[in-house]
Amino acid sequence: MAWETVIGLEIHVQLSTQSKIFSGSATTFGAEPNTQASLVDLGMPGVLPVLNADAVKKAITFGVAIDANINQKSDFARKNYFYPDLPKGYQISQLDLPIVGEGHLDITLEDGTVKRVGVTRAHLEEDAGKSLHEDYHGMTGIDLNRAGTPLLEIVSEPDMRSAEEAIAYVKTIHSLIQYLGISDGNMAEGSMRCDINISLRPTGQEEYGTRTETKNVNSFRFIEKAIRGEVIRQMDELEAGNKINQETRLYDSNKDETRPMRSKEEANDYRYFPDPDLLPVITTDEFIQGIKDALPELPWQKLERFQTEYELKEYDARVLTASKTLANYFETVVTTSGAKAKLAANWVTSELLGALNKSNTDIQQSPVSAEEFGGLLKRIADETITGKSAKTVFEAMLNGEGGADEIIKAKDLEQEKDSGAIEALVDEVIAANPDQVAKFLEAEDSKKKRFIGFFVGQIMKASKGKANPQQVNQLLAQKLK
Amino acid sequence: MHNKTLVELSQQLLSGSVSSVELTQHFLDRINTLDPQLNSFISVTDELALAQAKQADAIIAAGTAGPLTGIPIAHKDIFCTKGVRTSAGSKMLDNFISPYDATVVEKLNAAGTVTLGKTNMDEFAMGSSNETSFYGAVKNPWNTDYVPGGSSGGSAASVAARLAPAATGTDTGGSIRQPASLCGITGLKPTYGSISRWGMIAFASSLDQAGPMTQTAEDAALLMNAMGGFDRKDSTSLDRATPDYTSDLNNSLEGLKVGLPKEFFKEGLDSGVQQVVETAIKEIEKLGASVKEISLTTTELAVPAYYVIAPAEASSNLSRFDGVRYGYRCEDPKNLDDLYERSRSEGFGDEVQRRILIGAYALSAGYYDAYYVKAQKTRRLIKNDFDNAFSDVDIIMGPTAPSAGFTLGEKADDPVSMYLSDIYTIAVNLAGLPALSVPAGFSAGLPVGLQMIGSHFSENRLLNVAHQFQQATDWHKHTPDAFTK
Amino acid sequence: MALDKGEITKIAKLARLTINDEKIPEYTASLSSILDLVEQLQAVDTNNIEPMAHPLDATQRLREDAVTETNQRDDYQKIAPATEDGLYLVPKVID
Repeated sequence: MAWETVIGLEIHVQLSTQSKIFSGSATTFGAEPNTQASLVDLGMPGVLPVLNADAVKKAITFGVAIDANINQKSDFARKNYFYPDLPKGYQISQLDLPIVGEGHLDITLEDGTVKRVGVTRAHLEEDAGKSLHEDYHGMTGIDLNRAGTPLLEIVSEPDMRSAEEAIAYVKTIHSLIQYLGISDGNMAEGSMRCDINISLRPTGQEEYGTRTETKNVNSFRFIEKAIRGEVIRQMDELEAGNKINQETRLYDSNKDETRPMRSKEEANDYRYFPDPDLLPVITTDEFIQGIKDALPELPWQKLERFQTEYELKEYDARVLTASKTLANYFETVVTTSGAKAKLAANWVTSELLGALNKSNTDIQQSPVSAEEFGGLLKRIADETITGKSAKTVFEAMLNGEGGADEIIKAKDLEQEKDSGAIEALVDEVIAANPDQVAKFLEAEDSKKKRFIGFFVGQIMKASKGKANPQQVNQLLAQKLK
Repeated sequence: MHNKTLVELSQQLLSGSVSSVELTQHFLDRINTLDPQLNSFISVTDELALAQAKQADAIIAAGTAGPLTGIPIAHKDIFCTKGVRTSAGSKMLDNFISPYDATVVEKLNAAGTVTLGKTNMDEFAMGSSNETSFYGAVKNPWNTDYVPGGSSGGSAASVAARLAPAATGTDTGGSIRQPASLCGITGLKPTYGSISRWGMIAFASSLDQAGPMTQTAEDAALLMNAMGGFDRKDSTSLDRATPDYTSDLNNSLEGLKVGLPKEFFKEGLDSGVQQVVETAIKEIEKLGASVKEISLTTTELAVPAYYVIAPAEASSNLSRFDGVRYGYRCEDPKNLDDLYERSRSEGFGDEVQRRILIGAYALSAGYYDAYYVKAQKTRRLIKNDFDNAFSDVDIIMGPTAPSAGFTLGEKADDPVSMYLSDIYTIAVNLAGLPALSVPAGFSAGLPVGLQMIGSHFSENRLLNVAHQFQQATDWHKHTPDAFTK
Repeated sequence: MALDKGEITKIAKLARLTINDEKIPEYTASLSSILDLVEQLQAVDTNNIEPMAHPLDATQRLREDAVTETNQRDDYQKIAPATEDGLYLVPKVID
């Protein structure tokens, strides 16, 4: 039987506020255990929550960016369950009136098709602490530094039909939250975590099949693998005539498979009710309009601008605007180098991203800053060095040997522009290769180009890449007649 | 000295006729010798008290004293007090030394009061008799076979027995007013949001409100001036200018419109109590007020609505007591659930567990709408009922409690009959209104309280009426024989 | 309305309480009588009535996003039943 995959995602985004959502504790990642856990975060008797204004603002910023309905009245509810990383025995979340209502997001697939994914809602809630399973005499250690970090939970409609679509959606959200400056999007530090709802149904059937929820997957690669694995598992079950259990599962990256979560086996009854310690949040039209007006350039707007302003091809523009950091990098390179945008785009997409890819780092950790990279391109643009030398310089820059000008000087790579010196080289090479000269002269016009290439190569080699290729070409054309 | 009001003690302190250290020592001595009969204190903080008193004397000597500087008071053991055990009357928190001060404690400290100790209470404020305390029942100083009321029973008994000139209390369904009535003192439950709940161990967050328990309305006003006011640490604290609660005490009652809900005077009300209350209301008429009968048709719905809402909130509020970060932890837990279940079952008493179960049930899947949402809707009907009444009258009066009291153990096995002893007080919390109880006479040797209920933010009027009543009567000056000397 | 033993046990589990077998009859009786009391609400006409979660018609105040807390771990952990290396210890947690 042919099966259709149905995927919905719940993405938890840690908002990049200075302090927690309901207390004045810092949210810095990686602090010593429980040093950022205040009375409120520890759920001490008698403490009370007060809502962080910036968390509200950031949530609304997201809502405005995805064209969502902002609920002018929203409220907080308690989700009651016992877990050691949940100090109060309840999580403050939103249920009936989330701050962000229905919206949507357009995603672009690899083949260029655009698909609209519905966002059901996005609500504010507090993060839990962390359980450390290293063995403390058979005990588990609890660190509550993360407890109370503001989260925006973005719930999608079950609109995705493949792992590719799901990944494209997650990447679009990931890029958007960084564009908006509402989260650092650092997935390795857990700033963005996904719960994946997956079900299968016979192709053509309208009603959904039973779904499973795979919790807390936090890298693009694992999301893809978890989906592929779970789809195959469900398909095998269904093909074998078995039913799918509605359950919560965990993705085990070591075994590359999902398994049922033991602690959540018993059906939970969260007993949601309005949190009596918090009052309804009212947002005015003016406040929302203010956020709209202050919205930064969005990824899709930047994509369009890069194509018109810089005359880039859509593909290049898409690569460069995939992340705000990369887009900013590119624009800094253009302005500091004075080079043509196309040249900058080529160098950034092929040389820089190639190098980063090879060393498995991303643009945020680039060893060469945008200004330094711009400095290199400036020397190509003003013809101080040849493109060939530039690659040598870039490699040296990656090795930390200094700035472009410094390296050009140290390696003596400045382009040879003295036409007398170049002419001497040309003559030398012509004299040394009489056979090739003869062949060139005999060749049909259409094939002459190839032989020219040979001579250029030899001359460039003799000049250690420093000869101006245009001058070499001109001289060769004169002399090989 | 111990029969003096805060106002009188303050004058003596400021005039130098007594020092705060002397005054404090006097009350500490009384507590040490007399409290074994009552069990009104869980902790007596001698050292802290004397240190604070010494400081207060220095402030008085420096001439920068305020009206509460050097005045000894007691705090209900529900207010977190830094460095002092704060138990909420529970085994769960028997070992809990609070790392911080409640806003109420902080404000009263800043006003110069001296902390004598922490008073006994029903466990987590759940009770109307003070019998659910882990530290044992409190006895009524007027007759030690009787309960003092609850949950602020220790505060009420200690003020009635003059072991403390005043005390703090909290009121979720009558927990200040009912013990004040049963012990013959003045107790004010202010408008919800007037006093910060920060550091007050939560029972039912949308109902809990702190207030003063004193000999007189004037003293209550004085304490309110220090306790009240906006606190940014409490989202439900009202951001409005703090009134001077003493400013209207001496206003005339001429033209005051008093409403008597007929539902407060029907069967279920003890005839002795009825007589006392009716006589007291006549006294208020004499002071210039006019009285009319009104109807609060939702009166009987208050107790059922309350016993959904309060336990629902409590079941969630008390989830934090899990044996992980503070408080009681069972011996040798075998696994995580064992840690939770045994710590909680061993740490909480029966009544608390009963209310947690009721609350969890009312919120659970399939019952939420029928119980919780229904109760919240009923709550609005109750509030609307009061709003209507206050469009017609300035103040509502009636009994605080249906009887002058009951004996220890009398209702201990019958929770519902215990719950019904708060029938006149509970609606006030549901609607968030201010109300107070003043001593109005005696029935069979036990004090009886008159309750006055006002519209939101009408504390000054309530205190004015109570003060004028106390200028005309002396019920608030009576003290139980065994504690007069 | 009467609660049976099964229901009591189920709610107790949700609330992480253990009710000893010998106490079950007492709990079923008292909880059932409380539910009978509460049952009166079912007769109330609440059509078109908004549920009331707060006694006052106020709205949430927002706190400026600023770090105001400092590390007090030592003080806070003094009253903890079991800690090590700054962590609170609990019996092994299984995901």
